[in-house]
Amino acid sequence: MAEIVLDKVTKRYPDGALAVSDVDIEIADGEFIILVGPSGCGKSTTLNMIAGLEDITSGELRIGGNRVNERAPKDRDIAMVFQSYALYPHMTVRENMAFPLRLAKVDNATVERKVNDAAEILDLTQHLDRRPANLSGGQRQRVAMGRAIVRSPKAFLMDEPLSNLDAKLRVQMRTSVSRLQKQLGTTMVYVTHDQVEAMTLGDRVVVMRGGVVQQIGAPQYLYDHPSNLFVAGFIGSPSMNFLPATLEDGTLRSSLAELPLTDRIRKLLESADAPREVIMGVRPEHFEDAALLDDASRARGATFTGQVDVLESMGSDKYAYFTLSGEQATSAELAELAADVGSADVPTSGIQLVTRISAASPARLGQSAEIWFDADKVQLFDPSSGRNLTFAGE
Amino acid sequence: MAGLGGTETLGRKSRWAILDLVVVVYALVPVLWIMSLSFKTTKTLTDGNFIPREWTLDNYKAIFQTSEFVRALGNSIGIAIISTVIAVVLGTMAAYAVARLDFPGKKALVGVSLLVAMFPQVSLVSPLFEIERSVGLFNTWPGLILPYITFALPLSIYTLSAFFREIPWELEKAAKMDGATPAQAFRKVIAPLAAPGVFTTAILVFILCWNDFLFAISLTSTSASRTVPAALSFFTGASQFEDPTGSISAAAVVITVPIIVFVLLFQRRIVAGLTSGAVKG
Ligand SMILES: Nc1ncnc2c1ncn2[C@@H]1O[C@H](COP(=O)(O)OP(=O)(O)OP(=O)(O)O)[C@@H](O)[C@H]1O
Ligand SMILES: [Mg+2]
Repeated sequence: MAEIVLDKVTKRYPDGALAVSDVDIEIADGEFIILVGPSGCGKSTTLNMIAGLEDITSGELRIGGNRVNERAPKDRDIAMVFQSYALYPHMTVRENMAFPLRLAKVDNATVERKVNDAAEILDLTQHLDRRPANLSGGQRQRVAMGRAIVRSPKAFLMDEPLSNLDAKLRVQMRTSVSRLQKQLGTTMVYVTHDQVEAMTLGDRVVVMRGGVVQQIGAPQYLYDHPSNLFVAGFIGSPSMNFLPATLEDGTLRSSLAELPLTDRIRKLLESADAPREVIMGVRPEHFEDAALLDDASRARGATFTGQVDVLESMGSDKYAYFTLSGEQATSAELAELAADVGSADVPTSGIQLVTRISAASPARLGQSAEIWFDADKVQLFDPSSGRNLTFAGE
Repeated sequence: MAGLGGTETLGRKSRWAILDLVVVVYALVPVLWIMSLSFKTTKTLTDGNFIPREWTLDNYKAIFQTSEFVRALGNSIGIAIISTVIAVVLGTMAAYAVARLDFPGKKALVGVSLLVAMFPQVSLVSPLFEIERSVGLFNTWPGLILPYITFALPLSIYTLSAFFREIPWELEKAAKMDGATPAQAFRKVIAPLAAPGVFTTAILVFILCWNDFLFAISLTSTSASRTVPAALSFFTGASQFEDPTGSISAAAVVITVPIIVFVLLFQRRIVAGLTSGAVKG
């Protein structure tokens, strides 16, 4: 009984900035949904509108079937965890966690029991009488979660709750957030910047860009079938390789290789009315060291030869980096993605290529290697609109 | 190397100590002098000794026996406390709005309050005198409380809005999410955190009102509303031929005491850093 529906929700700030535009999301009861996107894309604004901390300019927000646009946050029965935790410094951990219950005029015995239960779940029992200032970052984070779960709200909203933790703690907390949500079965809307959190935590992921929803779907689906260049480049780490390419007589010409198109892709391209100049995208794991493949496998793709710039051995497999001659693919989406990860300023010449190859590969640093890639896994994008021309949509 | 560092810090420490001593002596000598005068007998008053030869409490006994002083003390306490409470309550609300809200005319409000603070009070004395006389506020408590509030408000808005700006806004959002009404959020979260600021402001405002001489002397005419600083200037001594210096000194010491008590009492509350731990550290 707590599905959350955003129906053409738009937010325009008083200064005229359009932060969120026509967002349609249907969040099922008990679902764990993730909002991702580069900085400033409107994730926090969307979350704050669901919370009731920001007014909705137009559109409708329904929680459990009821329109709640005009309701104050306290009447929406939703709990929120802030990026800064926002713990009350003048209260002890116990008082912090009891605060929502006290406001709801719950009797003392119940407050006691619920706070103790939450503390148990979050492993905070021995810290209940301390003040937030004396806690570590991870403990504060858990107190913030405790304050959210004590009153069993209809939904949790979390705005980058782990981004202030160090890397190791983040991994630990990530699993506990996931476990907690499964355990409580409460609807969760979770905003993050983090690739891994987006891929691992949610049932579904909403990718946003400039206030507009780009695509909604299960993490694996978005990874395999991005609807446009932006989603393709945003989801996945290391991210997809992009190269400019030309379509001609059923072959794809790029600085990697000349590749005959597979039937599946040819059909998709025809129905998508593809232009001649396209951007070709290949995920790192769709490459392999050609030396390890038999002829039958080789025939399903194309090979190129390049000098290995950097070789990172991860044990299970290897990342081989190449620099290819030629122009980099350019588009508004790619520029925005580069700006978001901060790589826009790094001067590069040629095309940077990341490949993930088997650990058994004999490739050596500084030597040339012959690398194969899968013809059927290639994705093609329209450089002007960013549309995925090989998108086999639902 | 270590020895060198040690002597250096030692040298630095002694330099600071000397500097501190100079400042303290400079600030305290007049106070101590007044105290010394207040304990001297009439005979030894002008003997020029810093430490009284003959100690006496007569001056204190004397001033508390004159109804003039006792009334003035009551007036001072009442007027200063009422002005402080009103100025701080109004100032808290105004400062909260200034720190947190974007409303039309905010810049104008801040500008006007700055203007009020900088306005030369002397130039207001005669108009105020005339106005108060014609509306019947002259020589009454409200006649002093009103101008005090006027001049204390800018001060309290300024200090308090600085304090409010320090409180993370997210705390208020969190309180709202936890089910608080705006009033509850203010009362249970913002106000306790702003308390040190409120106390600091209250002390400043209290001192401002307590020490005022200009309005007190111009807008009062009898002991009905005369405050101590004004009453002091009317001290004549026990007889017409007696030097009132002793009683004036005693009175001056007496009115300094509440300020010291006030500061000592609230000193612990003024400790900053209460907000630490609210957000990521
Ligand atoms: N109070 C405000 N007034 C005007 N514009 C605002 C306000 N708050 C946010 N914006 C604008 O709205 C857009 C979306 O902001 P939002 O905070 O939702 O981004 P975000 O996706 O949460 O980014 P981040 O990942 O950096 O937190 C931004 O362009 C921002 O400049
Ligand atoms: Mg944000």
